Amino acid sequence: MLQKINIDQIAELARLNLKPAERDKLAKDLEGILAYVSQLQELSADKVPPTSHVLPIENVFRKDFAKLSDIREAVLKHAPKCEGKFFKVPKVIEGA
Amino acid sequence: MSDQYESVIGLEVHVQLKTESKIFCSCPAQFGAEPNQNTCPVCLGLPGSLPVLNERALELAMKVGLALGCRISDRIKFDRKNYFYPDLPKAYQISQYDMPVSSKGHLAIELKSDAGTLAEKRIGITRAHLEEDAGKLLHEGVRDGSWVDYNRAGIPLLEIVSEPDLRSPEEAFQYLVSLKAILQYLGVSDCNMEEGSLRCDANVSIRQKGAAPFGTKVEIKNMNSFRAVHKAIAYEIKRQSEALETGTRIVQETRLWNESKGETFTMRSKEEAHDYRYFPEPDLVPFSVSSDQIEALRKSLPELPQARFERFRKQYGISDYDAYVLVAEKALADYFEACTREGANPKLASNWIQSELLALINLKKHSIKNLPNLPPKHLAGLIRLIENGTISGKIAKDVIVEMYDTKKSAEEIVKEKGLIQVTDTKLLEEVADRVIQANPKVAAEVRSGKAQAIGFLVGQVMKETQGKANPKMINEILTKKITSQK
Amino acid sequence: MELYELTLKQAQEFLAKNPNRKDELTKTLADRIKQVDSKLNTYINFDSKHAQKNGDVKGPLSGIPVSIKDNIVTRDWETTCASKILKGFVPPYDATVIRKLREAGAVIFGKCNMDEFAFGSSCETSCFGPTRNPWNLDFVPGGSSGGSAAAVAGRTAIAALGSDTGGSIRQPASFCGVVGLKPTYGRVSRYGLVAFGSSLDQIGPITRTVEDSAILLNVLAGHDEKDSTSANVPVPDYTSFLTKSVKGLKIGLPKEYFVKGLDPEVEKAVKQATSVLQDLGASVTEISLPHMKYAIAVYYVVAVAEASSNLGRFDGVEYGFRHESSNLRDMYFETRNQGFGAEAKRRILLGTFVLSAGYYDAYYLKGLKVRTLIKQDFDQAFQKVALVLGPTAPTPPFRIGEKMSDPLSMYLSDIYTISANLAGVPAMNVPCGFSAAGLPIGMQLTAKPFDEGTIFRAGSAYESATKWHEKVPKL
Repeated sequence: MLQKINIDQIAELARLNLKPAERDKLAKDLEGILAYVSQLQELSADKVPPTSHVLPIENVFRKDFAKLSDIREAVLKHAPKCEGKFFKVPKVIEGA
Repeated sequence: MSDQYESVIGLEVHVQLKTESKIFCSCPAQFGAEPNQNTCPVCLGLPGSLPVLNERALELAMKVGLALGCRISDRIKFDRKNYFYPDLPKAYQISQYDMPVSSKGHLAIELKSDAGTLAEKRIGITRAHLEEDAGKLLHEGVRDGSWVDYNRAGIPLLEIVSEPDLRSPEEAFQYLVSLKAILQYLGVSDCNMEEGSLRCDANVSIRQKGAAPFGTKVEIKNMNSFRAVHKAIAYEIKRQSEALETGTRIVQETRLWNESKGETFTMRSKEEAHDYRYFPEPDLVPFSVSSDQIEALRKSLPELPQARFERFRKQYGISDYDAYVLVAEKALADYFEACTREGANPKLASNWIQSELLALINLKKHSIKNLPNLPPKHLAGLIRLIENGTISGKIAKDVIVEMYDTKKSAEEIVKEKGLIQVTDTKLLEEVADRVIQANPKVAAEVRSGKAQAIGFLVGQVMKETQGKANPKMINEILTKKITSQK
Repeated sequence: MELYELTLKQAQEFLAKNPNRKDELTKTLADRIKQVDSKLNTYINFDSKHAQKNGDVKGPLSGIPVSIKDNIVTRDWETTCASKILKGFVPPYDATVIRKLREAGAVIFGKCNMDEFAFGSSCETSCFGPTRNPWNLDFVPGGSSGGSAAAVAGRTAIAALGSDTGGSIRQPASFCGVVGLKPTYGRVSRYGLVAFGSSLDQIGPITRTVEDSAILLNVLAGHDEKDSTSANVPVPDYTSFLTKSVKGLKIGLPKEYFVKGLDPEVEKAVKQATSVLQDLGASVTEISLPHMKYAIAVYYVVAVAEASSNLGRFDGVEYGFRHESSNLRDMYFETRNQGFGAEAKRRILLGTFVLSAGYYDAYYLKGLKVRTLIKQDFDQAFQKVALVLGPTAPTPPFRIGEKMSDPLSMYLSDIYTISANLAGVPAMNVPCGFSAAGLPIGMQLTAKPFDEGTIFRAGSAYESATKWHEKVPKL
C-alpha cells in the first residue's frame, strides 16, 4: 500500500521550515517507511484493546503540598533571551 | 435581532481550581507572585521532567461534576493536546480528550420575567475535564518582543462545557451567575474573572426559528466580565443576523471581544492548521474511581445554591427574587444568615442588605466577603432599632453610613447623636401647631380635600425636629388638627 | 593491569584496599580519554575534577567514576542529547538516576556521545560526529547509546548509563562486546531522561560484566514518586542471583528469531551459547512469538508519535539553540529546522503524520492494538519458560556510513530488541562470540516483567563458563 503524504502540511504542523532538497528526500523516506508500516493493515485487530501503558499501574498521585523550587535564576541565566525575570520572544501578535 | 432568527449559544468556562500547588508539580498555585518565581522543571517543561497528578485537583474536579449532576467517570485518563505557542512550555497541553472526569450534567438557571417572577431553565452540561493552564504573555510596554511568565503554567483548570442550550445573552449571563455560585459554594475556585481564575469563551450561531440545523458557529474569546460576555454575545448575534439579512457568509472562526470598542473582531489564527493530534499522555497512568469514593464525595458536598434558595424561601418567608439575589452570591447569603442569627427580622435584613448595604459596599469598592466595618451583629442591631421604633427608616439610612465609617454599633451612634425618634405627643403637637400657622394656604388645601398636600406639612415638621419625628404620628396629629379647625 | 581496565567490581575492591587513591582512578581514565578518544569519540565532555566534589560520599559506588549518556540530565552540566538544538542547555536539576548515583558515592564522570535524541542504531547522527567501534574504527558501535557502549568496551569508562527505547542499550552493547541491560519498564525512574518514546524508554547499565550490571542496577532501581510510571515493586539484591545455578532453568528459543535475515555467524554464536547453558543444566525448548514480525512497524508508529510530541518543546523559547528573528513564526520554524538533524526531522514528521487527523486510527491506534498482541505473545511465552534467548542484533557491526542513506535498513537492525520495549519486559545483551572479522556478537536474554534476577542468573552462569568478556580491543 502506498501512503501519499502532504509533506508541507506535516512540516507546518511540526514547525519545520524544510529546505527544498531535504523536503523531497524526507517525503520519499516517509513514504518508504509508511509502506513498510502498512503491513500492520494485514492484521485484523478490531477487538484488541490498545496498549498505551505497558504496566498495569493506576492512580498515581501526589499530595497537594506546595514548595518553591528556586530554579528561576539558573534557568534564566541560560535562556536564549530574557529580560528582567521574564523569558523574551519575538512579538506575539494576538488578533489583528 | 429580527424575530425570525434564534440564537444558539454554548459556553466553555475555564475555572482555576483552588489548590495549594499546581496540577502536576509542587510549585505554589497562588496568584500574584514575582514573574517566573513559581516555576520548576516540570511546569517549565524542561527536558526530562515528568508530571504527577495533584490528588486534590481531581477531587475538586469530581466535586464540581457531582454538583452539576454529572456522571463521574469510573475511568479517567489524560491526553496530550499538541500545539505551539510561547506560553505553552512543552508544546502540548496535558488535557483530557475522550475520558473526562465527568459528563452529562445540567445546571438550572433562573430567568426573571417582565412580571418579575422567576422561571427555571435547565442547561445541559456536556462535560467537565481537567487540564493544565498555560503561562502568560505580556506585550504592553515591551520593546521588540513579548515577555513570558510561566507562573500560571500548570495551575489546575477545569473546563466546563455546556450544551448549546442557551438562547440569549441574558441566559448566558444567568448561566455564569449560577455556575459561579455553585463553584463558590463548593469552595473550589475564587471565580475572579479579572485575575483570570474564571474565563469564558462563547460559541454563538444563529438559525431560522424552529429550524433544526445549527448555523455556522463562531467562537468568541477575551471577555473579562460576565457583563462583557453578555455584551459580546449580543453584539455577535446582531452581527450574524445582519450578515444573514444581507446574504453575507458567516465564517467559522474565532473572534476576540474588544471591550473599549464594544465589538468582536477576527483573531489571527493561533495555528494555521488546527490539528491538535491528541493522544494518551504516556507520562501519566490512568485513574479509576470507585462508586464508594463517589458516594463519599457526594456526602461531603456542602449545601448548594438551589437547596439554599428553597430553604431561604421557606425558612425566612422572603420573596423568590430576594432569595435568588441573596443566594447567588454565597458571601451575601452568609451575611444575611448571620444577621438573622443575631436576631434581625429576615425581611428587613434582606431589604437592608440588598439596598443600603450593597450600595455602600459598591461606593466604597469593598467586598461583602470581608466586611470588618459592618459586622452582621451591627446591622442586626440597626434593624432592631428600626423595628422597635427607636429610629425612623430615614434616620437609619444616615446611621448605617456612620456605622460603616466609624465601625460603631447603631445603638452607640443613636445615643451619641441623640437620634432617638421623637414620640412625645405634646412636643409634636406644639410643632404641628406652629407649622399649620406658618402655612395657612396649605392647611386650607388639605381641609378642602387635597389629601396629598399634607406631605409638605409633614416635611416641615420633620425639618423642625431634624428628622427625628415619627412620620406616622405627625401625619395623624396634623390631620386631626387641620380637620378639627373646620 | 592499568587502573582504567578495572571492572566496576574490581574498582570497588581496589578502592576498598586503597581508599586514598580515588583521584588516581579518574585521572587515569582522563589520561586514557586523551590518548584514545580522538579516535573513538565516546565523550561529548568529561570532567575529572568532579571526583573531588563527590569523593567523600560513602556508599557502594564510593569514588567510582560512572559515565552518562548525554540524554540524562545533570545539574549545572550541559546536556545536549547530541543535538545542536540543545547546545547550551544547562539543566538546573539532576535526573533521579544521577541523584541515586551521587548518593551511592559515584563520581559523575562524563557525558557520552549518542545518536541525536537517541534516534539511531549506529551513533552516526550525533551533531558531535560519530562514535567509532573500538574493535574496528571503520565500524559503528551501534546506537543510540553508542558512546556509552564504546566507552566501556574501549576502556574510557568503567561503567556507563545508557537509555533504551527500541534496543539502544542492547544493540550497541552487542556491537561493542559489552553487557547492556534494559530493565523492566518502570523499574528505573525516567525522571530526568530526555524523553524519546515515553511509554518505551528505560535507563539501564552498560558494563563489562554481568556482575557489574547487577551492582549498578542495585543503585538505579526503585520507585520514584516523581515518575508516575515508576513501579512500586520491591528491589531485590540483584547480585544475589549471580551465583545461582541455571540447573532446571527453562529457556525458550523463539522460532521466529532464527529466520532469513539473521547472519549465519550470529546464528552460530547464539546457538553455541544456548548449548553452553544447556550443558550447565538449563532446559531449552522452542517457543513462538507470532507477532514479532510486526514489532518494527508498531515501533515506528508508537515511538515516533510520542517522539514528535516530546520534541515539540525544543522551540528556542526557554533554553538551547534559538534562531533569532523579529518574527515569531520564523523563530519557531528556523530554530527547529536548523536545530534538528535529518533523522530527528524524519521521526518528528513521521510521528506528526501518524497522529494527524484522518490517520490516527489507521496508524497510531492500530499500532497500539498490535502492541497488545506482541505483549500477549510474551505473556504466553513466559507461562512456558523463564527466559527467552535469541540474538541481540541480526548482524555483527556494520560499517560507518553503510546504512545512513537508507533509514529502513537501519531500523531493521533493531528487529530483535524492539519487542522487549513494546512489551515492557527486561532484556540484556551478553557477549557470546566474535565474527570472523573480529567483531563482537551478542545474545539477548529476556525475562518476564521485574524478573531481572533470572537474567542475571543465566547471564552470570554463561559468563563464568566463557571468556568472551575478557577480550580487550586493541587501540
